[in-house]
Amino acid sequence: MSEHRGVWAYSENKDLMLELLGKGSRLAGKLQTQLTAVMLGHDIKKQVKELIGYGAHKVIVVDNPQLKVFHVEPYLSALTQLTKQHKPELFLMGSTKRGKELAARLAARLNAGCVSDCLELKVDEQGRLLAERIVYGGNAIVTQVFRTKPQIVTIPRRRFEKLKYTEESKGEVVDISDVQLEVAKTEIVKVKPIEIAETRIEEAEVVIGGGRGLEKKEDFKILDELAQILGGQVGYTRPLVEDRKWFTEWVGLSGHTIKPKLYIACGISGVIQHVAGIRDSKIIAAINRDPEAPIMEMADYIVIGDLYEIVPALSEALRKLLASS
Amino acid sequence: MVRILVCVKQAIDVSQLKVDSATRRLIIADAPKKISDFDKNALEEAIRIKEKLGGEVLTVTTGPEDAKTTLREALAMGADKAYLINDSIFENSDTLATSYVLAEAIKKIGAFDIILCGEASIDSFSAQIGPRLAERLGIPLITYARKLSLEGDTVTAERGLEDCSETVRAKMPVLVTVTKEINEPRTPSYMAIMKAFKKEIVIWKAADLNIPSEKVGEAGSAVQVLDVLAPKVERKKIVIKGETAMEIAEKLAKTLIQEGIIVR
Ligand SMILES: Cc1cc2nc3c(=O)[nH]c(=O)nc-3n(C[C@H](O)[C@H](O)[C@H](O)COP(=O)(O)OP(=O)(O)OC[C@H]3O[C@@H](n4cnc5c(N)ncnc54)[C@H](O)[C@@H]3O)c2cc1C
Repeated sequence: MSEHRGVWAYSENKDLMLELLGKGSRLAGKLQTQLTAVMLGHDIKKQVKELIGYGAHKVIVVDNPQLKVFHVEPYLSALTQLTKQHKPELFLMGSTKRGKELAARLAARLNAGCVSDCLELKVDEQGRLLAERIVYGGNAIVTQVFRTKPQIVTIPRRRFEKLKYTEESKGEVVDISDVQLEVAKTEIVKVKPIEIAETRIEEAEVVIGGGRGLEKKEDFKILDELAQILGGQVGYTRPLVEDRKWFTEWVGLSGHTIKPKLYIACGISGVIQHVAGIRDSKIIAAINRDPEAPIMEMADYIVIGDLYEIVPALSEALRKLLASS
Repeated sequence: MVRILVCVKQAIDVSQLKVDSATRRLIIADAPKKISDFDKNALEEAIRIKEKLGGEVLTVTTGPEDAKTTLREALAMGADKAYLINDSIFENSDTLATSYVLAEAIKKIGAFDIILCGEASIDSFSAQIGPRLAERLGIPLITYARKLSLEGDTVTAERGLEDCSETVRAKMPVLVTVTKEINEPRTPSYMAIMKAFKKEIVIWKAADLNIPSEKVGEAGSAVQVLDVLAPKVERKKIVIKGETAMEIAEKLAKTLIQEGIIVR
């Protein structure tokens, strides 16, 4: 028997943290162990209650002025000391860019394994943790098991649901704020916030996807109009960001992974890396001129036609139907 | 004079990977291989730095014998010398074991000002090798760089995060992982390709690096692959037809409303 016990969760992203607790509490149940939330930062003690309300049995708090701004090394050194001392069997971390770096470096320091961007985590009959993730650019799902502990995994946004908040939940709070923290090896000289849509694309129930079928940047307006009618958001393929520099974020393997109720792909070919980001959408509709485009294999509803004709017509039709209902 | 090392991976060209639809198994043996896309960006960046400031660009990979082709491509792009770390005992290594092999190789190759990696590899996309290497080598790390500049002993990089873009600085030696946005990798000329054949590829086995078998391959890995399967695709694939755009749009609109996914 290994001496490692307990499921831990940590993300510097608050929403993601609550989702990790949601998944963590289910896994802790299956593994018959406790769920611990790790909190790092400065002046954060008042947030402890929330983590307990969302499922943590225990909260380990490191409240330290050195953790006021996220710098990898102080955060990493806190996590390293905590995991070495308390030896969790499973550590769920957030798959943000910061989180992925943190997880990989923590794994390196602990000589541990790490599975990035897990889509699913299960416990099999033998009590082993099975971690699933996308590989080969979206062509396959790999199932992996750990041979050593702690088992570190990172989980993207919106993969798992948070629990319902329970005001009355009780939990243990462990304050380990007087740890020795490493100083940062890199210096942040400038931060430019990105204008993010009011609701993040992962949050949207309807996403209208725009691809290279769009001829001009301004044409996103016809997609946006449709999105407005459906209370959704517009998302893009990577070339519109990277090659044309029209927008700042994209959907897909190397961008956002979304699972809206409805995804409408407009002028998107459906290359595997893009599809990897939309695969879990409940319904996918595709509007494309090319009947051979790979998106056709991925769609529930297919319109073979010009997006410049179909999308405005769809907006009009929906507006009418929704007004009359 | 800057000494730069670029870590490259010979990856499976995922865009040409075929799936046996009956078994959902991938036909990996037939899939062509190539330098992982972002590693090419790392190489390009290294070569540009060398062209500007002078110095040396070395490249290293761990992989099968035929990864030499990948190294030739790197040499044709402009790297000066390449290292292939190859041994059958490395097969089935996870990121823990692979980063160990690379770190041992790098320690033997020598000291560097900058080590560059791609943000992730196109086939496994775990984004762990760069961070793990930085830890093993004990040097600062900058991930997801989309702009890079050097001044004196300092590297400045712009990185795109989810909520902000961040400009960060670190003292060399430093490890930087780069994204596709950082540059447009060059296509080597015929001359460059011919010249690459005269450049040296050093091949090291586990023994050359004193790597014990229990630290690599399956034995040295913390994570093991149980199964690899193409995802199930269960889509309705209903084509909506009509005489006019409006007719099609109305049918689609009605269908979507019937699906119960439209709330307003
Ligand atoms: C390592 C790696 C990671 C990547 N990650 C991502 C990622 O995360 N996300 C991503 O999106 N891409 C990613 N890519 C890029 C990806 O491979 C594709 O190049 C990209 O998704 C294609 O975008 P697209 O569908 O907009 O363009 P195209 O493939 O050019 O398709 C445009 C489509 O629009 C149709 N069209 C044109 N005009 C019209 C019209 N008027 N009406 C209707 N249809 C029209 C065409 O028939 C065509 O099918 C990645 C690539 C690599 C190598």
